[in-house]
Amino acid sequence: MASDIALSQAAAAETKRRRNYARHYAWFVVPAAVVVIAVIIFPWVFTLYVSAFNWHLGGEREWVGFGNYVKLFTDSRFGWAVARTLFYTGLAVVLPMIFGLAAALAFHRKFPLRGLARTVFILPMMATPVAVALVWTMMFHPQLGVLNWLLSQVGLPPSLWVYSAETVIPTLVLVEVWHWTPLVMLLILGGLASLPTDPYEAAKIDGANAWQAFRHITMPLLAPFVVVALIIRTIDALKAFDTIYVITQGGPGQASETINIFLYLQAFAFYNVGYASAVVVVFFAIIMLLAALLLWTRQRVKAT
Amino acid sequence: MTRGISRRQALAAGSALLAAPAIVEKANAQSAFDWKRFRGERIEVTVQLSPRGQLLQRGNQEFEELTGIRCGIEVVPEQQHRQKIIVEYASGRPSFDVAELSLHVNKRQVGKARWNTDIRPLIQDTNLTSPDFDFADFGAGMVQYATQADGRMDSLPAFADYFIIYYNKELFAARNIAVPTTWDEMYEAAKRLADPSRQVYGHVGRGLKNANVVLWSSYLLGTNQRDMIDGNRQLITDTPDAIWAGEMYKKFLRDVSPPGSIGFNWNECQTTFMQGRAAMWVDGIGFAAPLEDRARSRVAGKVGYALVPKGPGANHHCALFGAGYGIPEASRKKGPAWYWLQWALSKQNQLRFLTTGAGVPARSSPFSNEEAIAASTFPREFFQTLSASARIARAGLPEIVPVTQFRDVIGTALTNTISGADVATELRRATAEFRPVLEQSERES
Repeated sequence: MASDIALSQAAAAETKRRRNYARHYAWFVVPAAVVVIAVIIFPWVFTLYVSAFNWHLGGEREWVGFGNYVKLFTDSRFGWAVARTLFYTGLAVVLPMIFGLAAALAFHRKFPLRGLARTVFILPMMATPVAVALVWTMMFHPQLGVLNWLLSQVGLPPSLWVYSAETVIPTLVLVEVWHWTPLVMLLILGGLASLPTDPYEAAKIDGANAWQAFRHITMPLLAPFVVVALIIRTIDALKAFDTIYVITQGGPGQASETINIFLYLQAFAFYNVGYASAVVVVFFAIIMLLAALLLWTRQRVKAT
Repeated sequence: MTRGISRRQALAAGSALLAAPAIVEKANAQSAFDWKRFRGERIEVTVQLSPRGQLLQRGNQEFEELTGIRCGIEVVPEQQHRQKIIVEYASGRPSFDVAELSLHVNKRQVGKARWNTDIRPLIQDTNLTSPDFDFADFGAGMVQYATQADGRMDSLPAFADYFIIYYNKELFAARNIAVPTTWDEMYEAAKRLADPSRQVYGHVGRGLKNANVVLWSSYLLGTNQRDMIDGNRQLITDTPDAIWAGEMYKKFLRDVSPPGSIGFNWNECQTTFMQGRAAMWVDGIGFAAPLEDRARSRVAGKVGYALVPKGPGANHHCALFGAGYGIPEASRKKGPAWYWLQWALSKQNQLRFLTTGAGVPARSSPFSNEEAIAASTFPREFFQTLSASARIARAGLPEIVPVTQFRDVIGTALTNTISGADVATELRRATAEFRPVLEQSERES
């Protein structure tokens, strides 16, 4: 009985100590809370608020409630922008993942001048996207660009690259692949370097060939790293804006108008900030949905 | 007998020399306009990246020495500049005291929101305006272009930009072809000038949506219609004349222009023309400077300049675009800002712009300065085309608030025609799409 009383007194003292601790140190949270409220929560609440108005910069503000969202879901131009974004993202994720994985496996092997080769391979990643876009724009010029000259040297017909509605998105993906495959390679290379050697030795003793070792040892162990690369690449591809805007401005016509370009035009070319805010909210929901899906996949990969 | 200068005389002369600047400055201040009235103040100016903006930036020290006002001058690429100033104006506290305005894009929007101060009272204030300013020297057309519908002049007109034909004299001479005077003649000439084996094309022009509308409007200005909205401010972009202009646009861009023109903005057109790959290019007169730059252009010295051709209608106009400088209503430095405007658009600076090919000045006096024009590196044909264009210039875009959206919607339709779409169908669809946007905008105005 006495010991029970002593225990409850100790528990009460502990609770009191924790309460005092929290009271004394709560102020330390304030700076972080202020920053979070100022740069994340307030802009979000304000964006939601603005999205409920028909509001042009310099013009009248009219309350429309969910009107902008209704308009958005019936706007075929927005629908096409979503479709193009998904198409672009699909290509701009899958191709760098394949090439990045292949490059990582190649650079994981020991060969002369490997360090130099790795350095050269990651150089594109270091370049500023806008500078990269400007250089590619010059190279894509149908008459004066170096790419068509190269094609002519090997007997291939010239291409219109970004100057054709049919080839513009694959061509933009080409720039994205060139620019960001090194990042995927680095992430997966880091994973490869951390893999244990024991399973490979055991597999060798059991007579497994190189493909079997890759398929049954490397890939399962590497999967968490691949998923991390996949998440980063997906988010990067979804938010791609600078290269597309600099190279095509969403053209020819609207052939490369992704959600970001559509949003930019609404906000900063048409100054339709109410409608643009509704686009932001919907786009945020799409990104959150995809990120949640990828994180869920990551958890499943970890569990297995 | 000659006497040497005594030490006393030398000291007296030295003292006089040392005192001279102060005496001259004082004399100037007393006898002439007080340019130093705002000495020590600081202003911020934002201009577009262009030869004009760069000239003003380079001359900033001259302004600072003249007035004693410190001036921060920011040069931003054209499209980003238009967006930046609108966002800043809308915030209510713009960071600048003077801003360049594209009159063909921002005029009505800025005027409707009354973001800029009326320049007229400043001009009339003799304490603030130098006697040399001479407002009457500004061309009446440009003054009208910078004046809002309610009569306020909320920007001082600075430059005009006329659409003209640039042509490659060498290619024309090789085929013995005369400079075209109608759009049909121009199309036929373009067909004859093409040499696909050398990747030389008869024509190059803007195909990129938004940018391309000004080429289409150049054709439209040669019809009986010549406007894009009617007297009731209703859209008239699907009329027979508008469709004729669309057909002409389609013919030029699809048949006689380089493959890939669908994505060409002015910079791709300029590169193609500069490399001698196109015989003709219809665009703004401001591109003469890079085309005549021997370090960058293969056609320098071979460029011909001509008035835009006539169309089938009664009208003959060239598309006019322009820029002005305004002072935000929210600025607390209106006086120093007005001083900057007076310096930037002085007769001397406007003449510099004309003779260096940096732009067409809003003032008239530079055109009558025969001596300066004769000394310019540009051929006389350039100045003649410029003067002739000034006489037939007419706004190349409608004066409406959502003009960028207009260019986007109509521009997309025009781009689609290059891919083969039917012109009438595309223009009717685009007109139907943009009509409610314009109606809403007009209701709010």
